[in-house]
Amino acid sequence: MTVGTLETALRAKRDEGRKLLVPYVTAGFPVDEWPRLIEGLGAAGADAIEIGLPFSDPVMDGPTIQEASTRALGAGITPVAALEQVAKVDVGVPLVAMTYYNICFKMGHRRFANALLDSGICAAILPDLPLEEVGPWAKAADHVGVETVLLAAPTAPDERLPAIVERARGFVYGVGLVGTTGERSELASTAVEMARRLKAVTDKPVIIGVGVSSPEQAVELVDVADGVVVGSAIIRRLLDGGGIDDAIAFVADLRAALDRAAH
Amino acid sequence: MVAASADEGTNSLMEGPDEHGRFGRFGGRFVPETLVPACAELEDAFRSAWADDGFRAEFHSLLTDYAGRPSPLTDCVNLSTELGFRILLKREDLNHTGSHKINNVLGQTLLAKRMGKSRIVAETGAGQHGVATATAAAYFGQECVVYMGEVDIARQALNVYRMQLLGAEVRPARSGSRTLKDAVNEAMREWVASVESSYYCLGSVMGPHPYPWMVREFHRTIGREAFDQSTALLDGGLPDVVVACIGGGSNAVGIFSGFVDTDVELVGVEPAGGAAVARGVPGVVHGSMSFLMQDEFGQVQEAQSVSAGLDYPGVGPEHAFLADVGRARYEAVTDSEVLDAFELLSRTEGIIPALEPAHGLAWMIRARDELAGKTVLLNLSGRGDKDVAQVQAIRQGDPAALDTVDFSRTNGDAV
Repeated sequence: MTVGTLETALRAKRDEGRKLLVPYVTAGFPVDEWPRLIEGLGAAGADAIEIGLPFSDPVMDGPTIQEASTRALGAGITPVAALEQVAKVDVGVPLVAMTYYNICFKMGHRRFANALLDSGICAAILPDLPLEEVGPWAKAADHVGVETVLLAAPTAPDERLPAIVERARGFVYGVGLVGTTGERSELASTAVEMARRLKAVTDKPVIIGVGVSSPEQAVELVDVADGVVVGSAIIRRLLDGGGIDDAIAFVADLRAALDRAAH
Repeated sequence: MVAASADEGTNSLMEGPDEHGRFGRFGGRFVPETLVPACAELEDAFRSAWADDGFRAEFHSLLTDYAGRPSPLTDCVNLSTELGFRILLKREDLNHTGSHKINNVLGQTLLAKRMGKSRIVAETGAGQHGVATATAAAYFGQECVVYMGEVDIARQALNVYRMQLLGAEVRPARSGSRTLKDAVNEAMREWVASVESSYYCLGSVMGPHPYPWMVREFHRTIGREAFDQSTALLDGGLPDVVVACIGGGSNAVGIFSGFVDTDVELVGVEPAGGAAVARGVPGVVHGSMSFLMQDEFGQVQEAQSVSAGLDYPGVGPEHAFLADVGRARYEAVTDSEVLDAFELLSRTEGIIPALEPAHGLAWMIRARDELAGKTVLLNLSGRGDKDVAQVQAIRQGDPAALDTVDFSRTNGDAV
């Protein structure tokens, strides 16, 4: 198996001693500014960027990301339009699509995989497509070289994790808590434990997301994990009206904190 | 194909699903990774309970001594004369809590008790499943949280109060269309967050494996009774057609299961504004692959029906399978036809049906020429008390009572 673009990039940075930072943005939010937000996050030190393609029924997402999705859909974003915009952004790090399976299923596995590649996206996260159902999509994705990131959750028994990390491409996305996406005032005890359990069974990059809200929490996590995904904390700043510069500054703070932790 | 059913080996068309939870190409377990172990645990628990004579006996005794089963079969002389074919009603409206929903919730709450879970989470559309769940939770002393769309809370205020009276907490679902679809989203999110302590009591034959199978098994009693009652009434014969309304499709699956392996024609009736089988295409939402109303990009569309209980853009995967193989036929009726049927049954037979089964009758009225001379069995899945105020308001000309969905809320500036 050839190692894909995303995993190659993340491994290289990790092996240099860098802690990985993957911010999340919702395609279509804020309207017109989101492509510039992606470029700004790249410049602020993201190691990869997760781009959410909004879906009408996002059951893994809490109120913050739901709200961004609702606004983006209300403003008329479609998966096709979003990918056309992504194709135009100029950012020097790998891009990862995050959406729900019906968007991919409706377009068709091969077409969706090719559409991602054409837009410059090299990997996909489909949170409602667990290991047992991922086969047909993963086969199409593998065929064209799109890396399918799989999630691992704290509820998984130990014997389930090896199969998940084996099938995962790009990185292994450890879910930090038992719940949907959203900010939490404290880092859940499950987050570090999830990272520890995954690091014990894989040398693929282990990145923890869901409930990672602040530089302090990110620093605490990368003591064990290879990196963090931060989503709702960024989206909430945009919903609060801070503008994309505020979100970019927050990600720069995360970067600086992680770099200090690495030394 | 390995049958997962306890009726394994009967070669019934409704024996499935297979070990992957598939009914043909439909079904499956499309859930966040967090829920996969819970679904597997539930499958194991149900499989073990359903194979346990003690569990079955306790379930049976709840159905008889608490829910009031068997429900009667009523031969409708007046309506038959009016429409020109013989009409039999399976009277699920006479069950405790007023609909077929009680069968499933007694089964699931009994299973939750067996699994040691004392907190029940449910979604509801019209409130029938919510009321039934709150009832069973009260009976078993379980904590109960019910998610209900904000629109449905407005049009089914009586059922909201019933649930509260029974000790349940009713939480509004404020996203999207604010109806059943969104209540399911919220209930699933709550389940993702509380999976270790809570039991998700899904109200129809939908969702991830094992729900479509398990809920069908708890409703099989409808079909079994109706089969026996029909043959007794018809001197060993069977009805020509069995009709049921379809939202997720639980009452239909229940009654179809009694007749699927006979020559009886099976007809499922959907609302025109939520016709997943008639107008949908395959898709995945709420845990399973089925027919789904969606746009060209795969965004799930909002159903629109006078009946809160059928206001759902999807359908249970076994119905998609039965439609796919041509065993059951699916028709769609309009709100206006449904209101006429609601009034006709009330006037001719002294039975006020819920708006949901009034869909079945509405199709029978439309198809009266085709049905002439036949015997038609309708599953009267619930009683209409909950709908009386809404229908009155519609008939008095209140347009808001017919369609309380304010679509401006879903276009960008929702809360």
